[in-house]
Amino acid sequence: MTIDLKTIKHISKLSRISVDDAKAKKLEGDLNSIFEFIEKLNELKTDNVEPLTSVVEATLKLRSDEVKSKDIRDQILKNSPENNEDFFVVPKVVE
Amino acid sequence: MSEITSQSLTELVKNIKEKKISSEEITKSFVVRSEKSKSLNSYITEDFSSALKKAKIFDTKPNFDLKLPGIPIAVKDLFCTNGLKTTAGSKILNNFVPTYESTVTQNIWNEGAILLGKLNCDEFAMGSSNETSFFGNVQNPIDKDLVPGGSSGGSASALAANLTPITIGTDTGGSIRQPASFTGTVGLKPTYGSCSRYGIVAFASSLDQAGPMSKNVKDCALLQEVISTYDIKDSTSIDFKRKNYFKDLTKNIKGKKIGIPKEYRVDGMPNIIEELWTKGIEYAKNCGAEIVDISLPHTSYALPAYYIVAPAEASSNLARYDGVKYGFRSKGENLIDMYEKTRSEGFGDEVQRRIMIGTYVLSSGYYDAYYLKAQKVRKLIKNDFDEAYKKVDAILTPSTPSSAFKIGEKTNDPVSMYLNDIFTVPVNLSGLPAISIPAGVDAKGYPLGLQIIGKAFDEQNILNIAYAMEEKINFKNKITDWWIK
Repeated sequence: MTIDLKTIKHISKLSRISVDDAKAKKLEGDLNSIFEFIEKLNELKTDNVEPLTSVVEATLKLRSDEVKSKDIRDQILKNSPENNEDFFVVPKVVE
Repeated sequence: MSEITSQSLTELVKNIKEKKISSEEITKSFVVRSEKSKSLNSYITEDFSSALKKAKIFDTKPNFDLKLPGIPIAVKDLFCTNGLKTTAGSKILNNFVPTYESTVTQNIWNEGAILLGKLNCDEFAMGSSNETSFFGNVQNPIDKDLVPGGSSGGSASALAANLTPITIGTDTGGSIRQPASFTGTVGLKPTYGSCSRYGIVAFASSLDQAGPMSKNVKDCALLQEVISTYDIKDSTSIDFKRKNYFKDLTKNIKGKKIGIPKEYRVDGMPNIIEELWTKGIEYAKNCGAEIVDISLPHTSYALPAYYIVAPAEASSNLARYDGVKYGFRSKGENLIDMYEKTRSEGFGDEVQRRIMIGTYVLSSGYYDAYYLKAQKVRKLIKNDFDEAYKKVDAILTPSTPSSAFKIGEKTNDPVSMYLNDIFTVPVNLSGLPAISIPAGVDAKGYPLGLQIIGKAFDEQNILNIAYAMEEKINFKNKITDWWIK
């Protein structure tokens, strides 16, 4: 199968990555050569194979939900791209 | 006493414990050499003045019971360091300062080590040559304009150039073992769940694993002993009885059965790799090991399966980089526009490519055909190893299908770049431990590595085999300091 420009635009939308026409063209070539390589998997019959989701067989452990880091609000907010004393600022969402 | 920066970790620890040398002297030596080696571009962030201060403090009240007393160490910039910028080699994290410390680095500081700085790597560890880093190429100290491998390229370069006595990297598909092989150093990818992933910038969570990189096997065992701990903060950390890898290291591997998988003899593999492997088999025999031919029939499907599983997990992990709470932000007309521009400008080409592959294989209508299929193939690959380990204790293969290549040689062809990891990827898919040790050089004098793959949680065994073989191989890395003027 081949991935066309329309599909590239669709994936870029899903990925939340803006892609102009030149970049889409380049991605079309790259992704097709990668998927051509991936298609090799179709040589294998896997109907009766269980998928492997994790190599760790143990069940997840539970722990109590406790606050461990204290008074780091300012440090965390310092990483915010737009400075504001108490909030993370984003472009207007509600008109 | 030989020059400080060319001493191994275990030599430095011995000398510091015997008070022949202070932490400040050691730290200063590595700082001075690192300052002279800026053209290698191994570092993203230097923390030298702080390191020198910490060394002085250590010397005023030294604790020699620690395993890494006053030893300066630079680490891959994928490990979050509390209060020190952590970029993952990406523009999108260019200004990110973590408020927490990764468990693996915390373990190192708890044993007395001192942070020198953060080392260059491929962006989000996606690459095999360190060329995808936002902070530029890294030079391999072996030769000018040669890639150091990747993604832990800065780590391998700094280690081989004697800018740090040991280092840590991460390995999702070969990112410790391939650069180790390209720079004539030792690199261990531990069993999945052996080292905590807490505080490591995530790439593909079911494959990522931190591990030691060193100049010899003994140092590697010591560092593995330090970094491998059970950690409640990582839900896939495994609570198993960890060995004293360093203390229990032995060259006695008599009677160990080592498997040679015929499927690793791939088409187009250079003769030199074949010869290296044959020599490796002889060394193993000389050490008293028994060689057994084995088959891992699904080997050639590992790389295609990996290029579905890893991007799928990456696309999900990297969804968090949206320009809202931290990192780079681009201006947008509205929220969605801001997201899309931030991610388009903040991520490099390779990362965008992988996010798009991952998004595609997880998208409605393609999930079964790609993602589920790859997980099934992953099971077959793991089954191959399970079968093989009924007959053998470890497996010996080349680490890479070639020696280091030139900067720019493979950047325009993603598939040829991906093929670098052909021998390392099956190990990650199966969660096994594997070590790469330098074993020879090609016609140009570039290092080549051999890989020893172990059973899950059997790090001690592969370290022992590597330790025994290392003595027979007697590899000497030829570094001429060409970059120091």
